[in-house]
Amino acid sequence: MEAKVLTEHYDKDEYRFLDGYKKHGGYQMLEQAFKMQPKDIVEQVKSAGLRGRGGAGFPTGVKWGFLPDNGEPRYLVCNADEGEPGTFKDRLMMERAPHQLIEGMIISAFATGSHKSYIYIRGEYNYPAEVVKQAIDEAYKAGLLGKNILGSGFDHDMDIYLGAGAYICGEETGLLSSLEGKKGQPKLKPPFPAIKGYLGKPTIVNNVETLAAVIYILRDGVEGYRKFGTEKSAGTKLFSVSGNVVKPGNYEVPLGYPLMDLINNECGGLKPGRKLKAVIPGGSSAPVLTAQECLDATMDYECLAQKGSMLGSGAVIVMDDSNCMVDSLSVLMHFYHHESCGQCTPCREGTGWLNKIVHSIAKGEGRLQDIDLILKVAENMKGRTICALSDAAALPAISFVSKFRDEFEFYVREGRSKVKGVSYAEM
Amino acid sequence: MFKLSDSGIEFIKKELERYESKLSAIIPALYRVQKEHGWVSPDAVVFLAEIMDIPESQINEVLKFYTMFNQKPVGKKHVQVCCNLSCAMNGGRELVDHLCKSFNVKPGEVSEDGQVTVTAVECLGSCGTAPMMQVNDAYYENLNHESAVEIIKKLEV
Ligand SMILES: Cc1cc2nc3c(=O)[nH]c(=O)nc-3n(C[C@H](O)[C@H](O)[C@H](O)COP(=O)(O)O)c2cc1C
Ligand code: SF4
Ligand code: FES
Repeated sequence: MEAKVLTEHYDKDEYRFLDGYKKHGGYQMLEQAFKMQPKDIVEQVKSAGLRGRGGAGFPTGVKWGFLPDNGEPRYLVCNADEGEPGTFKDRLMMERAPHQLIEGMIISAFATGSHKSYIYIRGEYNYPAEVVKQAIDEAYKAGLLGKNILGSGFDHDMDIYLGAGAYICGEETGLLSSLEGKKGQPKLKPPFPAIKGYLGKPTIVNNVETLAAVIYILRDGVEGYRKFGTEKSAGTKLFSVSGNVVKPGNYEVPLGYPLMDLINNECGGLKPGRKLKAVIPGGSSAPVLTAQECLDATMDYECLAQKGSMLGSGAVIVMDDSNCMVDSLSVLMHFYHHESCGQCTPCREGTGWLNKIVHSIAKGEGRLQDIDLILKVAENMKGRTICALSDAAALPAISFVSKFRDEFEFYVREGRSKVKGVSYAEM
Repeated sequence: MFKLSDSGIEFIKKELERYESKLSAIIPALYRVQKEHGWVSPDAVVFLAEIMDIPESQINEVLKFYTMFNQKPVGKKHVQVCCNLSCAMNGGRELVDHLCKSFNVKPGEVSEDGQVTVTAVECLGSCGTAPMMQVNDAYYENLNHESAVEIIKKLEV
C-alpha cells in the first residue's frame, strides 16, 4: 500500500500555491520550529532516523551535527540536480509542492543556523525551476523569507541556481564548485562540505526529498515518523519506477516495502506475456538484481546492501525478458564515460575502456577475453578516486557481467544478441 | 561584431551582484547569450569577458564543461531525445532515427532550412513517461513517432 506522507496533497493543483499549501497545514511546522531550540530539532531529526534521500543514505541529523561552532556563516544547499538515470521524483516534488520544499528548507536552515540557502536545480528543469521561483517570491511577500521571519527574529534568504547539464554536478562537492561559478569538478573529501563547503564556508547539502521530510518529523514526532519504515530505514520514500511496467510513475511507500509488491500492486505489473528479468533498484549506479533476487527484496537500505546493491536515489528500473543485457550495459557505460569529469585517471580511463569494450561486444566484434577484461578494468576503478562516480560505473558493470554472463558469452560467440537475435549494429 | 540587447546587458550586471562570488554569474550570462543568439560563439565569450571583467579563459572553462551550452549553431527547434536506459527500453533511440529521417538531418547537425537539430541526450528526469524529448525549453512526454513529428512541426519559434 502506498503511504502518502510527503505526497498526500500532490493531486491538488492549489497545493502549488501559498494559499492552497497553507489550507492543507502548510507552514504550521515552521511556526512550531520557531518555538523550539535549534539543537532540539537536530536531535529530533537524528532520533527519527532520517537518512539522505539523494543517494548515499547518510543520517541527516548526524550530518547537521558536523557543522563547526566557529562563528563562520553557514550555508544550506538543496541538491535538486536529479541526474541519476531513472530518477524523476524531485521534479515531481518541485512541480507539485514547491512550498513544501521551501518550508522544509527554512526549518532545516533554522535548525542548522544558516541564513542563506540555494536550491541548485538541473538546467533542463526550466519548468520546475519556474514553479519554485514563483513560490519563493510568494514566500518573501508573505514574510516567510527575509528578515525576522514570522516575528521569530530569524533571518533567512533563499535563491535558486540553475545548472547547465552535467551529471557530476549532482555530487555534492561538484555541485558546490558549479555554484561557485567554476566547472563542476568534485573535490577531495575530507574536508566535508559541513566543514568547508560553498566558498570554503560550512555548508549542508541535502536532497529535495530529505529537506521536505523534516517537516513531517516535526509534525508526527519521532514515534509518528517511525510508524513507517524499519528500525534502520525509517519513514517513507518516493520511488521513481520506470522501464517495463504497466504504470510507471512515482510512488511513496514505507521503506522496507517488498519490491515485488511495488511492481505488481502499485505499478500494475509487467506487460502481458512478459517475464521479469532484472531490476536496477536504486538508479543506474546501483548493481542490477536478477529476477530471483527480487523475489524477497525489500526497499530499504539494509536489504538492498545485503544483496550487493543499494537503495540509492530510489529509482527502480524494471526490465522484462525482452531486454538484452549487453545492449543495456552499453547504454549505461556510454553515460558514465560521457559524464566522467576526467580529473581522476582510473575513472577517466576506466569509463572509456568499459564503454569501448561493451560497445565492441554489442557490435558483434567482441572477443571472449573481453568479458573478463570488463571485470578487471572495473575492479581497478573501485575506491581509488575523488568521487563515487567511478564506483557508480564499475559496480553495475561487474553486476551485469557476472549475473548475465551467458548473454555476454553468447554475444561474443555468435556475434549477435541472445535476446534480440541480431547484433546492435543491425538493430 | 557580437552584440547583446540592452536588457541582456542589464540582466548580466544584476547577476554579477546577485551571488556571493561574481563568477557565479557566468552560467546565467552564457544562458542569456544563448537565449538571444541560439549558441555561444567565441566572439560572445570575448564580449562577456569585457563586460563582466572576468578572464576569457575562466568563461571558456565553464562554457566547455556544461553540455547545455551550444558551442556551434543549432536549429531553431533544438530537439533533444533522451536515450538513457529507461527511454532506450521504450524506443528513445528509434525515435532519434525517425526524427532524423523525418527532418532530413543527421544527429547533432542543423537541417538545411536552419529549423531543426536532433540530438540524443542523457537522462532528463522523465523516465516514467518515456520516450520523451525536450524541444528548446519544454518537455514532451509519452511520445510515439507520429506525435513527436507533429509536435515539432507545429511548434512556432
Ligand atoms: C556522481 C554522483 C551524482 C549524484 N547526484 C545526485 C543528485 O542528482 N541528487 C542528489 O540529491 N544527490 C546526488 N548525489 C549525492 C550527493 O553527493 C549527496 O550525497 C547528497 O546530495 C546529500 O544529500 P542527502 O544526504 O539529503 O541525500 C550524487 C552523488 C554522486 C557521487
Ligand atoms: S571519480 Fe570520475 S567523476 Fe569523480 S572526480 Fe574523479 S574523474 Fe571526476
Ligand atoms: S532515462 Fe530518459 S528521461 Fe530518464
